[in-house]
Amino acid sequence: MTNIAKSENTDMNMSSGPFVDVANTPKQQRAPKARVTAQNVNVFYGQKQALFDVCVDVPDRSVIAFIGPSGCGKSTFLRCLNRMNDTIEGCRVEGDIKLDGQDVYDPKIDVVELRARVGMVFQKPNPFPKSIFENVAYGPKIHGLATNKTELEEIVVTSLRKASLFEEVKDRLHEPGTGLSGGQQQRLCIARAIAVSPEVILMDEPCSALDPIATAKIEELIDELRANYTIAIVTHSMQQAARVSQRTAFFHLGLLVEEGPTETIFTAPNDKRTQDYVTGRFG
Amino acid sequence: MNSWMVALLLLAVLSLAYQQGWSLSRRLATPEGRLHSRPAYHGSLVAIWTIAPALVIFGLWALFGTSASRAFILANLPAEIVDTGGAALQSAIQRVRAIASGFGVAGEVQPYEAAAGEALRRFQLIASATVLAAAAAFAGVSLYFARRRIATRLRARNEVERLVRYLLLACSGVAILTTLGIVLSLVFEAARFFTFVSPIDFFFGTVWNPRFSTTGAGSGQYGLLPLLWGTVMVAGIAMFVALPIGLMTAIYLSQYAKPRVRSIVKPMIEILAGIPTIVYGFFALVTVGPALSAFGASIGVDIRATSALTAGIVMGIMIIPFISSLSDDILRQVPRAMIDGSIGLGATQSETIKRVVLPAALPGIVGAFLLAVSRAIGETMIVVLAAGNSPFLRANPGEPISTVTVTIVNQLTGDQDFASPQSLVAFALGLTLFVMTLFLNMAALYIVRRFREQYE
Ligand SMILES: Nc1ncnc2c1ncn2[C@@H]1O[C@H](COP(=O)(O)OP(=O)(O)O)[C@@H](O)[C@H]1O
Ligand SMILES: [Mg+2]
Repeated sequence: MTNIAKSENTDMNMSSGPFVDVANTPKQQRAPKARVTAQNVNVFYGQKQALFDVCVDVPDRSVIAFIGPSGCGKSTFLRCLNRMNDTIEGCRVEGDIKLDGQDVYDPKIDVVELRARVGMVFQKPNPFPKSIFENVAYGPKIHGLATNKTELEEIVVTSLRKASLFEEVKDRLHEPGTGLSGGQQQRLCIARAIAVSPEVILMDEPCSALDPIATAKIEELIDELRANYTIAIVTHSMQQAARVSQRTAFFHLGLLVEEGPTETIFTAPNDKRTQDYVTGRFG
Repeated sequence: MNSWMVALLLLAVLSLAYQQGWSLSRRLATPEGRLHSRPAYHGSLVAIWTIAPALVIFGLWALFGTSASRAFILANLPAEIVDTGGAALQSAIQRVRAIASGFGVAGEVQPYEAAAGEALRRFQLIASATVLAAAAAFAGVSLYFARRRIATRLRARNEVERLVRYLLLACSGVAILTTLGIVLSLVFEAARFFTFVSPIDFFFGTVWNPRFSTTGAGSGQYGLLPLLWGTVMVAGIAMFVALPIGLMTAIYLSQYAKPRVRSIVKPMIEILAGIPTIVYGFFALVTVGPALSAFGASIGVDIRATSALTAGIVMGIMIIPFISSLSDDILRQVPRAMIDGSIGLGATQSETIKRVVLPAALPGIVGAFLLAVSRAIGETMIVVLAAGNSPFLRANPGEPISTVTVTIVNQLTGDQDFASPQSLVAFALGLTLFVMTLFLNMAALYIVRRFREQYE
């Protein structure tokens, strides 16, 4: 609960802080409203509890970074948000997670629709063994977003453009997606997620398998996507969190230790553990 | 010469040599002069060098001993018996050997037989003593030289590694040489067959009627096509049964089944694979055949109890575990990340399987399918019992047929004269079968590789 209260205060700070996109239209200058709210989330793998009473808000049209030592539950929390944990045998989620005020774990909710609204990009680029075109067209086809071929092509091209990949692959849309470089594959996966017009995009260490140049490209892309999407990114790199996110949440041993504007977390954290982590004393 | 004793003796020599190499090299190791290789390697090296020449001598004796003793027997038998040749000579040699070994023989022992037997006994005694002595001498000499080679700088480890590699190479050579031998014998015997019947008549003939070798005149007709057609039909029906059931079982096991269900179901399906094919044959003959023909009668279709359909269905059941087990392994190799990617986009589980898992696993599944086909083609017992053994070109699967394998069995059982086309045709048929399965397996490998390149 204290986390919630804190985050509301800091939202105010944030609008005057250096991390607000000044170029943005006035409608975004008001305090970001929460897109996803999570309260008292507990996650269990069998008997083992992996998350303890986590409360976080993911603000609309901005980037929130989840940092923390490995095994602290960042991925677990991220996967709660689009119910990817459902596919894991023995995983149980308790608590209250809402997307636009709608309970994500409501038994009546359609998971298929939820996952269309909350897209996901994984740690290792995982394009399907299909052509570049088919990779991006996969989601729209499943959800019936295009009524004819031209519409489908339009969606594919727009998505590839938004993922800054179109120029590089426009001559080989029908070659296998697995033939691209690692960074291109990851941008293909982002295009694939964008193609179903999600509101929220979850990224689980999207750059951990990439070289620095490809990483820089993805970070740049994330910064562009922020204008239209709500993004939650897990990263093990504190520099990356500092570069791309407006808010940062620090996890430790299944607890959400601290959450706030990125600058505050890195320069003046409240908690000793955060301090130790961001200054590289453990992790 | 008792081979157990020889083996024990060899083991004793082996350990003695090892111990020699080991202790000698250890004594060499001084604080300043470090051994290049650890004593165990020196021991192994000495042991290998000591035992190898002895093994070569025993091997030579095993290869040529029999023909040597045969030559000796021939020299000791009266000329008129040697001149008769053929089966009579063969049995005379057998009798002499039996007398020499002390087992005794049926009937009166002729004086010349007794003499030859006694001579042979002495010959064998001397021969084995000689072989043993030669082996021992070689072992001793090589032990001496191997010991002398031991020095701190001797690279025993590298040498042992190399020798071990040769040993492994030789072992894999055995399998390859055996295969080569089988193929060559098939080819030569088939070539003999083709001196009786022209390959065109064999490969394109539509009538199979070999007659019997015992009735003499007329060599019959050897058209392969009816048999090939029967084989293809039965295998086709089998795959028609096995592929959908096996594949769906695999999909269930790999994608849906909970670990506990899987751990029970999978072994149970694999029991199917352990049932001897002859038992499937009974099952086809006694249960499936009559049931099918009764069912056919009830809907007004004439299905014979032993028919292509009966054999094909039962063979299909036999192949189910083969396909399900192979496909299950392949489906489980589809990366979890790929499945997550699809689920994460909002695809349901069955959409994911249809659009991502199966396409990714397709090459492997095609490979499994082709392997299963080549098994179906080579399968014998079920068709012998349940296909009706009727080598005619018939399109109706409800009629009896015959297959290549069944015909091989027929041509090789009973009284045989291995110089007649009636028997020799079995080798031509075997060769045909071998070439077919070889091509299927090669196609399977090729397809798997093509798809791999495309997707990885
Ligand atoms: N599928 C799973 N089954 C059991 N335990 C798991 C599973 N996934 C993660 N865990 C456990 O949950 C904890 C949090 O894991 P995770 O969320 O992957 O951490 P992070 O992403 O921060 O490195 C770890 O202790 C891990 O061992
Ligand atoms: Mg993780």
